[in-house]
Amino acid sequence: MSFRVAASPHHHARVQTSTLMLKVALATLPGIAAQLYFFGYAVLIQLALAILTAWSAEALMLSLREKTIVNRLKDHSALVTGVLLAIAIPAYAPWWIVVLGTAFAIIVVKQLYGGLGNNLFNPAMAAYVLLLISFPQQMTAWTPPIALQAQQQSTFDPVCVVFTDFSCAGYSITQLKTDVDGMTMATPLDTLKTDLANNKTISESRQQPIFAEIGGVGWNWVNLGFLIGGLWLWQQGVIQWRIPVAVLVSLGICSSIGAMVDADQFASPLFHWFSGGTMLAAFFIATDPVSASTTAKGRLIYGALIGFLVYLIRTFGGFPDGYAFAVMLANLAVPLIDAYTKPRTYGHKAKGSE
Amino acid sequence: MTSLFQQIKSGMLWDFHGGIHPPARKTQTSQKPLGRLNLPERLFIPLRQHIGVAGKLLVQAGDYVLKGQPLTAADNAMAVPVHAPTSGHILAIDEHPSAHPSALPEPMIVLVPDGLEQWRERHPLDPELITRQQILARIQDAGIAGMGGAGFPTHIKSSASQGVDYLIINAAECEPYITADDMLMQSEAETIMQGIDILCDLLSPKAVLIGIEDDKPRAIAAMQQACANRKDFYVRVVPAKYPSGGEKQLIQRLTSKEVPAGRRPLDIGIVMQNVGTAFAIAQAVLHDIPLISRIVTVVGETLSRPQNVLALVGTPVGFLLDSCGFAAEAKQRVIMGGPMMGFTLPSLQIPIVKTSNCIIAPSNAELPAAGPELDCIRCGACAEACPATLLPQQLLWFSKAKDHDKLKEHHLSDCIECGACAYVCPSEIPLVHYYRVAKAEIREQHRDEVKAEQAKARFEARNERLEREKQERMAKNQALAAQRQSMLAVQQKQQIAEAASRVEPLAEALSKEQIIAERERKKAEARAYQAAKALTAQTDSTSSHSEPATEVAPTTNAEVAASADPRQSAVAAAIARAKAKKAASSGEVAETNQSPTNQSPTNNAVAEPVSPAETATEIPAPTASAESSKASDPRAAAVAAAIARAKAKKAANSGEIAPASHAEASLSDENHAEANNSPAQNVAAEPVTHAETATEMPAPTASAETSKATDPRTAAVAAAIARAKAKKAASISEAAQLGTAQFVENGVAITAPPVAAQSRDMSATELKQVISAPNEETTAPEHTVVVDVVTAEIGTADVVTADVVNAEIVNAEIVTAAKSVTHAAIDPKKAAIAAAIARAKAKKASDQSQEKSE
Repeated sequence: MSFRVAASPHHHARVQTSTLMLKVALATLPGIAAQLYFFGYAVLIQLALAILTAWSAEALMLSLREKTIVNRLKDHSALVTGVLLAIAIPAYAPWWIVVLGTAFAIIVVKQLYGGLGNNLFNPAMAAYVLLLISFPQQMTAWTPPIALQAQQQSTFDPVCVVFTDFSCAGYSITQLKTDVDGMTMATPLDTLKTDLANNKTISESRQQPIFAEIGGVGWNWVNLGFLIGGLWLWQQGVIQWRIPVAVLVSLGICSSIGAMVDADQFASPLFHWFSGGTMLAAFFIATDPVSASTTAKGRLIYGALIGFLVYLIRTFGGFPDGYAFAVMLANLAVPLIDAYTKPRTYGHKAKGSE
Repeated sequence: MTSLFQQIKSGMLWDFHGGIHPPARKTQTSQKPLGRLNLPERLFIPLRQHIGVAGKLLVQAGDYVLKGQPLTAADNAMAVPVHAPTSGHILAIDEHPSAHPSALPEPMIVLVPDGLEQWRERHPLDPELITRQQILARIQDAGIAGMGGAGFPTHIKSSASQGVDYLIINAAECEPYITADDMLMQSEAETIMQGIDILCDLLSPKAVLIGIEDDKPRAIAAMQQACANRKDFYVRVVPAKYPSGGEKQLIQRLTSKEVPAGRRPLDIGIVMQNVGTAFAIAQAVLHDIPLISRIVTVVGETLSRPQNVLALVGTPVGFLLDSCGFAAEAKQRVIMGGPMMGFTLPSLQIPIVKTSNCIIAPSNAELPAAGPELDCIRCGACAEACPATLLPQQLLWFSKAKDHDKLKEHHLSDCIECGACAYVCPSEIPLVHYYRVAKAEIREQHRDEVKAEQAKARFEARNERLEREKQERMAKNQALAAQRQSMLAVQQKQQIAEAASRVEPLAEALSKEQIIAERERKKAEARAYQAAKALTAQTDSTSSHSEPATEVAPTTNAEVAASADPRQSAVAAAIARAKAKKAASSGEVAETNQSPTNQSPTNNAVAEPVSPAETATEIPAPTASAESSKASDPRAAAVAAAIARAKAKKAANSGEIAPASHAEASLSDENHAEANNSPAQNVAAEPVTHAETATEMPAPTASAETSKATDPRTAAVAAAIARAKAKKAASISEAAQLGTAQFVENGVAITAPPVAAQSRDMSATELKQVISAPNEETTAPEHTVVVDVVTAEIGTADVVTADVVNAEIVNAEIVTAAKSVTHAAIDPKKAAIAAAIARAKAKKASDQSQEKSE
């Protein structure tokens, strides 16, 4: 009778990477649901395209790297990348935008850097930045909430728009972006930025119908949805509290300072929290373990850095929403943060103390 | 702010970073009573079951041992003896797989129980009445090592005499499945307390803390009851968390202190002992029961009766499993220890040792095997779980990269290998395994470095030693050389003094008249020289008959001069003699018989020149004149003689019936006369005699043909010799120079050859025969010498050409001369050298003459 020999420990917590990833993907469902409700089902088309592209790109790269394909696809990391990118980009962006973006994310940002666990940048965010800079016009294909849209959408409008750039009735994106008042609408952040640039005050800007709710109609709920999903992730132990809390607190502090300085020029913390991609960034994107900091203190610093950069870009930068840039810049800082935030080991004195 | 001690006394507890909560699964065994087993068929008792060295064997195969009998003896502090768990016979002492992750073979005693369980004599002690040392000795003799799993010798740990603040009894048992200590505490709480009392006697701590996890309610109750009436004994219940039972972690939980990296708990005033060890101490001291059994938890879903058992040390694991109803599954594991830190066993023959607290035989569903290892996703769960606050992620990357510096920076050595990080890793990376490999690599590298340092130190020491010896040798040599030089200087001074003392009388005798006489003599000499020169010129072109006339003059001159200075006169006389000889031999064959006249005692050098036989001078006058010019130097004279001889030979060879030997003989006489005149060469007279005799022998070379009739051999030899010498004379200046150099240096006189020259080719053996043939005019020793020399030169050549023969004979003659001179007690070494050199030069000369003739 021969017995199997193995190395200790022989007991395992049975928490696996694939489970973690799957839970992250599942946690986006509340947010997606909100998006569905307020903006139509175009986001589902984007999701489908992104997931398919992600799997294909991953399979291609794994075969080139001569690694097992199916087992590694089962770790769902490609799935999560595709999902996050699909959520982040405008729902009515042309189909090739999401395909290009996902392919870039998987092939270049993830696999070329060494595969799972070795990428320096968050793949979804790197792809988002690529798309934003390369195709600025397509990346502004944000439509207003259905309730506020001028043209009534037919059932297959999202399909038509995504695949043909024109609605089934023949309207272009720009036309679809017009609201009942004939104004071209954008995201709430975009609107605010434009108004501030036109020397309107915030309170004036907030008269617009889009600001019926704090974070903007529709956007409010989307962020709430992501917040719920994030909290569930934390409860499940998939993510730690440090990064999301740090992001939100940092953003809150910065915007509070701004609001205290001049409430008419600088938006309030609540607005910042519930508009744009704040919650998505805080709970889903910044918490990507591979590109984030690894030490406890380091994660706080990392989150704070992201919040701070998001505020800067939103308030003073050229782009309406800057979480992609903020996350990527923070990714660059991670090695340094890790080096300087090593915890004190048991039995050793803390560095510099006696 | 209360002191730490107050805080501890008040029951305050702290926590350590990280930790995990695996499912405990202890209820399967903690609720059941302790099982007692039958005796197994064989017991395998390893000689070493602790950290340290094995004791000395006291038994051998075939012995009968009693229960509790020591099988090894501790001969140093780190040795812990082992005892016979039961009575029986020792079957063998050989190597079996050990209770270690590697299962490498270790020496074990194989005991066959006889079932009688006969105890040896026991001597219980009263701890109150005995000294500390006696208690420690008893602990060591009872073979007690740490039973918590490490196996450190207890007598060393318990020997701290001062500085112990807290004695912590580790009853935490944090690993899942294990309930051995739980069982022990439930049943033997009072004995454990007695053991702790003994430890307190040894260590005198301020307080005793007993750390127990909260998942053992019955044990807690028992322990609390047992120490109810003991002062400063505190039972501390800690919330269950793995790994609270780790030494460093429990210390932190109970006292908030951290053991500094690389140090022991004793350095912060804490000693920790396992509760099982305390029990064993009590057994050993109070009842003289050595450590021969322990409680082992046998558990797993493949067992039908999992329970705690009291197992004898040395029981094979298979026996335990079978006693609990083992039904093996395909490809299952059998783990010795807990699921977190235990190791798998490759076979069931491996025995229980003092530190084995659990055997797990899980089914594959119960403890599934690890899945495939994926990449690290940097989730940080491992860092969250690490009780030592390490960064397992970074340790993993650096372990994979074999970056030892970074590993040291990240404190890899502080890892207690608890397995919490690998337990939580979602990618199922075997982190602890990577760290073990990295630690081993660092250890190996360190060992290699130490070895290299040692080798380097030894190498440098060796170099220094060699250098030192060399210096000493040089110094010694220098000292000796200086000594020699000083001795030599003394010697030289002595010689000079002697010489001076010899010379002085002569110098003193010189008055003014004598000086004038001296001057006259020299003038006469010069005139003689000039005359000789003129004579040479004449004799070269005219016949030899004119020579007698000229010959007389030098002789007369020689005689005149002789009176003024004995040496000079001797020289002059010699010259005259030579010339006379030459003149006589220029047509007179019979003059050969005049040789005897030359044999007059030459001790009186003056007499010689007056010999009538010396009236003949010969063709080799140039040689003679050349000779006479060098007459003043005996060595030069010797040289001149040699040259003259060579010339004579040549002349003879070229057709002149010139008994070159005569000339040579006369020359040699001259030489010897001169040689005799030098104070240091008196003894040269003898060889002169012999030489003259010898040279006379081949005299009948006047006509090789005529003499052949009478003595064909001798005639042939003479002719051949003449020929050879003539050849030599062909390159006379060179020969002269060569010869001069050599013979001046060595003062060797040349004599005539004792062996006749040959004129035909012959084989080596023939030649040997020829030269071995006795010759009435050659003395035996010289003859032998010649024979030896020629034999050596020719070797065993089949055919030796006549030239070679003659050359060899000529060589032989020179060698003989050297050797004969040697016989006369002149420096043999120098003579031998001279002989060899002469031989070589002769060969060269003969070769050259040969070439020229060709």
